[in-house]
Amino acid sequence: MTKKKVETEKANDLLEDKDVSKIRYSSLMLQVQGAKYKTLLTEKYKNRKKWEKPDVNQMFSDIPGTVVKIYVEEGQKVKEGELMMVLEAMKMKNKIYFPVDGTVKKIYVKEEERVPKGFLMIELK
Amino acid sequence: MSLKRKILELQKKREKVLQGGGEKAIEKQVAMGKMTARERIITLLDENSFHEYDLFVEHEARDFNMDKKTLHGDGVIIGTGTIFGAPICIYAQDFTVAGGSLGLMHARKITKIMDHAMKMRVPIIGINDSGGARIQEGVNSLAGYGEIFYRNTIASGVIPQISVILGPCAGGAVYSPALTDFVFVVDKISKMFITGPEVIKTVLGEEISMEDLGGARVHSEITGNAHFYAESEIECFDQIKKLITYIPWNNSKKAQPFDAKEPKIDQYKIDEIVPGNPKEPYDVRDVVRAITDDSDFFEIQELWASNMVIGFGRLNGQTIGFVCNQPLVLAGVLDVDSSCKAARFIRYCDAFNIPIVTLVDLPGYLPGVDQEHAGVIRHGAKVLYAYSEATVPKVTVILRKAYGGGYIAMNSRHLNADFVFAWPGAEIAVMGPEGAANIIFRKEIMEAKDPEKMRKQKVKEYKEKFANPYVAAAKGYVDSVIEPEETRKLLLHAIEVSQNKVDRRPIKKHGIPPF
Repeated sequence: MTKKKVETEKANDLLEDKDVSKIRYSSLMLQVQGAKYKTLLTEKYKNRKKWEKPDVNQMFSDIPGTVVKIYVEEGQKVKEGELMMVLEAMKMKNKIYFPVDGTVKKIYVKEEERVPKGFLMIELK
Repeated sequence: MSLKRKILELQKKREKVLQGGGEKAIEKQVAMGKMTARERIITLLDENSFHEYDLFVEHEARDFNMDKKTLHGDGVIIGTGTIFGAPICIYAQDFTVAGGSLGLMHARKITKIMDHAMKMRVPIIGINDSGGARIQEGVNSLAGYGEIFYRNTIASGVIPQISVILGPCAGGAVYSPALTDFVFVVDKISKMFITGPEVIKTVLGEEISMEDLGGARVHSEITGNAHFYAESEIECFDQIKKLITYIPWNNSKKAQPFDAKEPKIDQYKIDEIVPGNPKEPYDVRDVVRAITDDSDFFEIQELWASNMVIGFGRLNGQTIGFVCNQPLVLAGVLDVDSSCKAARFIRYCDAFNIPIVTLVDLPGYLPGVDQEHAGVIRHGAKVLYAYSEATVPKVTVILRKAYGGGYIAMNSRHLNADFVFAWPGAEIAVMGPEGAANIIFRKEIMEAKDPEKMRKQKVKEYKEKFANPYVAAAKGYVDSVIEPEETRKLLLHAIEVSQNKVDRRPIKKHGIPPF
């Protein structure tokens, strides 16, 4: 039993208490329910994305990949459900269809171009 | 051959295998600032306590010229030992042998020691340092991973499972740590990701370093995948050793008791820590340290979602799990990350018979589109679920603010807390005075000659009437309004009288928590 006690003493001394300064904060106020609190904001909170209302006429890539074929031209009238392009991603040739009716205002990508996720590919008007 | 010669032969064989991947590979490992797998085990465990098994295991791969290659121990070391006398099963991947790659026999060794840990009901520690699947072994290496994941899941909540990431841990391999209870990472050494920088570059054309993608800092601060961050392997091992002293060997036991010790009250003066103004910050960990034995608090996930503080301390020698709002960071709000953090810890404590003490001081949930769209409803529900489900002793101390949904979530009486105490400065109300006054007295404020003056007056009125612990105490929602200095005494008592707590739940296969 005595041996055990010595060991638990050792366990207690294993780690020094760490300093808060290891956390990267910046000081600011945070508003919750009409009251402002003095507090620290984390990097993650400050880097959060601001929300913007999505524009239905802008076609963004949902997945990173390569544009294989584009089926429309600028100025062309298109209907909801019409084939827009084939985007090869994750070893699949994905067919992308127009979600709304409209006229193609601008095409921002070329065939065989590689696009990241969330890239503006085609704009309608 | 005489027995003596046979013994000599054994010794030679052993010596050969113990060299791992050979001098050159060991040199490389050292150059990367890493210890070898065997050194790690020996440093972590009690002196002379480690015993290794399956030293002579060899792979059976025949394709791609693998039949001509000898991989000592197949790149992983397994064995048993002790930490502060507690029995432990352990495995460590040996990066010097084929990059610690996981083949069929490598996985068999790991699942063997995992099965052993389950049979013996002792903690399992896995040290990960591996390039990933051994491609030459094809689907057999995938089978190996799957068998490990399955065992991780079955062992979850039965024996403590600890993962130590001391090198790369990429692709499917990351899911074993993710399924375990505690993940330890070390600065500049640990790397975890599903798809590495190479793939990201090819697919996205984005260049990112391993460190920025899935380094120790990233997982400790941003993803929350890691629970403990250390600057060196030695510090990491100290953290593991310390953790082992707080947790039981399995779910049918309690943690080993320590000698009771008084807190360092000269250093942590409990009635001076919390400012009277509910908008002023303070470090809630000081309150914990003012309460616990020897003012000791072992924090978990210190760098991630720091608006919630979780960790272990002791009361009268017994391990306690602390769950606290942290007014110092983001005003201590509940949000997606802090909810996940608290909920998982509560379930850990419940699974391993560790009583939970909750310290409450929060203004509510973090407002914002990003929070709502990130599913704060689903994630916030985890806290309610975890507290309601837990049957270990549950004690709450409301230090200051406890508004609205946050009040309910933080182990309130209504979720079946065993004891709820409140300090005299506690404000238990449906919402903060500002918000409440704006709604209740909207008309009066709008119609007043000086709306701002009227608003202030109404806020003051509301504060006086409702921002106190007595409204809740009058309904019995709070058991006792206590002086801060009485906190430790009452917590010790609450835990003591809860030792034989019985709280049976309807029989079910399992609940369906909002994962």
